[in-house]
Amino acid sequence: MTELLELSAARAAELVRAGEVSAGELFALYRDRARADELNAFLWVADETPDPPAADAPLGGVPLAVKDLFCVEGVPSMAASRILEGYRPPYTATAVERLVSAGAPVLGKTNMDEFAMGSSNENSGFGPVRNPWDRDRVPGGSSGGSAAAVAAGLAPWAIGTDTGGSIRQPASLCGIVGMKPTYGAVSRYGMIAFASSLDQCGPLTRDVTDAALLLKHMVGRDRCDSTSLEFPEPIELPTEERLDGVRFGVPPELTGEGVEAGVREVFDRTVALVEELGGTVEEIALPHSPHGIAAYYVLAPAEASANLARYDGVRYGPRARNGDLLSLYEETRANGFGAEVKRRIMLGTYALSSGYYEAYYGRAQRVRTKIADDFRNAFQRVDLVLTPTSPTVAFKLGERVHDPLAMYLSDYCTVPMPLAGIPAISIPGGLSEGLPVGIQVAGPAFSENRILTAAFALEQAIGFERRPFDDV
Amino acid sequence: MSEPPAERHYEPVIGLEIHVQLKTRTKMFCGCALSFGEEPNTRTCPICLGHPGTLPTTNAEAVHFGLMIALALGCDVAPRSIFHRKNYFYPDLPKGYQISQYDIPLARNGQLGDVRIHRVHLEEDAAKLVHAGSSGRIHGAEASVVDFNRGGTPLVEIVTEPDLRSASDAADWARLLRATLRTMGVSDVNMEEGSLRCDANVSIRPVGESTFGTKTELKNMNSFRFLERGMEAELARQEGLVRDGREVEQETLHFDPQTGALTALRSKEYAHDYRYFPEPDLVPLAPTEAMLTRAREALPELPAARAERLESEVGLPADTARLLAFRGELGDFYEAALAADGAVDARALASWVTNELQARLGDVEDPADLRVEPAALARLVAMIGERRISQSAAKEVLDVLAAEGGDPEAIAAERSLEMAGGDEIAEIVERALAQNADAVEQVRSGNQKAIGAIVGAVMRETKGRADGGEVQRLIREKIGA
Repeated sequence: MTELLELSAARAAELVRAGEVSAGELFALYRDRARADELNAFLWVADETPDPPAADAPLGGVPLAVKDLFCVEGVPSMAASRILEGYRPPYTATAVERLVSAGAPVLGKTNMDEFAMGSSNENSGFGPVRNPWDRDRVPGGSSGGSAAAVAAGLAPWAIGTDTGGSIRQPASLCGIVGMKPTYGAVSRYGMIAFASSLDQCGPLTRDVTDAALLLKHMVGRDRCDSTSLEFPEPIELPTEERLDGVRFGVPPELTGEGVEAGVREVFDRTVALVEELGGTVEEIALPHSPHGIAAYYVLAPAEASANLARYDGVRYGPRARNGDLLSLYEETRANGFGAEVKRRIMLGTYALSSGYYEAYYGRAQRVRTKIADDFRNAFQRVDLVLTPTSPTVAFKLGERVHDPLAMYLSDYCTVPMPLAGIPAISIPGGLSEGLPVGIQVAGPAFSENRILTAAFALEQAIGFERRPFDDV
Repeated sequence: MSEPPAERHYEPVIGLEIHVQLKTRTKMFCGCALSFGEEPNTRTCPICLGHPGTLPTTNAEAVHFGLMIALALGCDVAPRSIFHRKNYFYPDLPKGYQISQYDIPLARNGQLGDVRIHRVHLEEDAAKLVHAGSSGRIHGAEASVVDFNRGGTPLVEIVTEPDLRSASDAADWARLLRATLRTMGVSDVNMEEGSLRCDANVSIRPVGESTFGTKTELKNMNSFRFLERGMEAELARQEGLVRDGREVEQETLHFDPQTGALTALRSKEYAHDYRYFPEPDLVPLAPTEAMLTRAREALPELPAARAERLESEVGLPADTARLLAFRGELGDFYEAALAADGAVDARALASWVTNELQARLGDVEDPADLRVEPAALARLVAMIGERRISQSAAKEVLDVLAAEGGDPEAIAAERSLEMAGGDEIAEIVERALAQNADAVEQVRSGNQKAIGAIVGAVMRETKGRADGGEVQRLIREKIGA
């Protein structure tokens, strides 16, 4: 049993295909662990054992934890919000459907910040998730449940979504791998929308190879998502352990001020490793990225204010009272949404209001263009950009709840990439104060293979020792 | 020195906003079939119900129809137009926003007839609310239910410049637009069923001024007649206000055709802030050269051009040409008939189609649904020209043709409706002269009018099968007058 648990997802899939491991046994192992979850990582765990996978199923029946933001037909899909309590969608998200048909059955739905709005998972309508490294600390967010589940061995792998850092930051805080693909690489159909122009779905895994394998079966054009694109090449499983000739850029804007010393130390060690592996490192300028947070907190709430308008109690979800129309709206939404969601709806509504649109939304869009231009310029000179993923290690539960601005700064290093639409991965770089520190590698649009290759080489050289899984 | 207001003359300034439901196979942003009176909420899917996680995808056929309309109206098509979200809460709007177009519409700057087109854009229709209770409105209703079948139906909105100067001109122009859209086959253009909806922006200004007065908006009239009456009523109201030295307030009005009353729908205090922003779920709409060519090639001859051709090439009077062109199905019947019989007089045939044939349509929209064939009508009208049948007898034949179909020659023969021939007429004239000796005497003594009594007798005898002119000629010949 313990041996099964230790297998990476890619290895487990291989062994299932070789007939050496039973998919049913694997599913049962993780279902039992997910059910015994003490981290509040799961909001729902599958009852039924899925049919055995096809003999050649590339994902070999290895069960998948799915962020509650994804719609799965007949399965509670609530975006961790009370306003969708009891909602079971009539359809399945494209990304989930693709993974299921490639042989990864849904193990359960993972907890998250309500509507993916948060960086600590404390904004869930169903209670916070705890970090397996220190249960008094947050796992990060918004894909905190997916990250904690993978880090604690409650799931072999998971998918999450990233709008401003929601895959990479929790991956960083939980000591696992998390990747946000290029905008448009993975269909958003069936992913409950937070900020449509930024949301992207991606893998949270134990290692880079698992991330590559999962991503390989997620990408591709989907007729149901007009913004999705055909991925220009197949995603490859990385094998190269050297970084010879790979040019890395380090932006002082995202590696200096605000990055705590322990994180900086791990980052510096990683920079040194890059050079040892044959890569080059140079300083690059991303002059507009310090404005990323400000632009992000105009654009994302603006889109969210429209995306969340449909939760009105008319067609699905709880309805406050069948009274007069205005009170139906007001009470349903007052009861259903948490404080952070309400804050962002109000921010976004304000930013789009007549007379303010140009000053906020228009200006933020221009900043967004500048940030994308910065990256475009940087990628003239370097292949990849290297930064810490999070300025800090996992913080204490409750520490930033009453200081939204401090909370927003958790995404300082991760926000510029979705604003530019480019892919980035977070891999564990080491420990600081006994807690994991994530290293972020970003590249130009559709450079996923390049990023995965570099991340794999670094991962091999770093030799991060993950936290031993608890028995349940 | 300004004139006292009462002496001034005012002119109406009218612009129209027309919503056209497109006759596509499926909805604007999902794969649901359009609804034509199906059971409520049977033409829905997670997308048009606004379920979490769903995304819109643009209907290519709706874009095609939109481009056809834009080209038919002579507009400049935008190389890249953008969809926006128009945000407001209402139960008929499942997503809490309508996907529409805002600052970069599909097309701009067109012209139809003598009215300039400001813009043409694509959007989705709202669902339908049904309110139980006495008011029929959402306020004070005991309960309201939503039928989402209509929600997401593709709409094209056409906005004119304020170029119209009377209510009747506005209604006439709207009829031309409807005929144009109908000819193109892009919409049912049925105002009662709501597939064509017309709002009017109405203001007045002193004749000779170039600035506009404050406008009011008349909403959603369900026939051209009501549209015209509503505009007349509103123009009179505005003129009354101004003559009393009061001001027109900007508001949206509803015209009740039953009572003729105008009531305010929303005052500006409740004006929505729609918080428009670019729809991030859709990519810009960039019509390719192939799409434009396809739209251009799909355009049939449009009513304005057809009227022009019927007038200049066929030689029809302007009114008749317009009527045939704007009622395309009458025009089609007419042209088929004209082509079928080389002997027929084009103007006479046009008059028969627009008068006698149209009168026999009853509830039938399209004469193609009658039993009468175009060639049969052409033959019938040709027989009149050949003096083989009288006008009144021909109408009898047309009654039979409309009801049963058939060949006009055979029907006329069977029912003895053909013009009476030479010998028969001569005999009847002789008898009539003998029976109307007084009249004969009067004619001889110079009272030309008295001939009418003799002609009348002949016509009675022949049951109208004689040509009045020919009968007169014969009478004069016999009595030597």
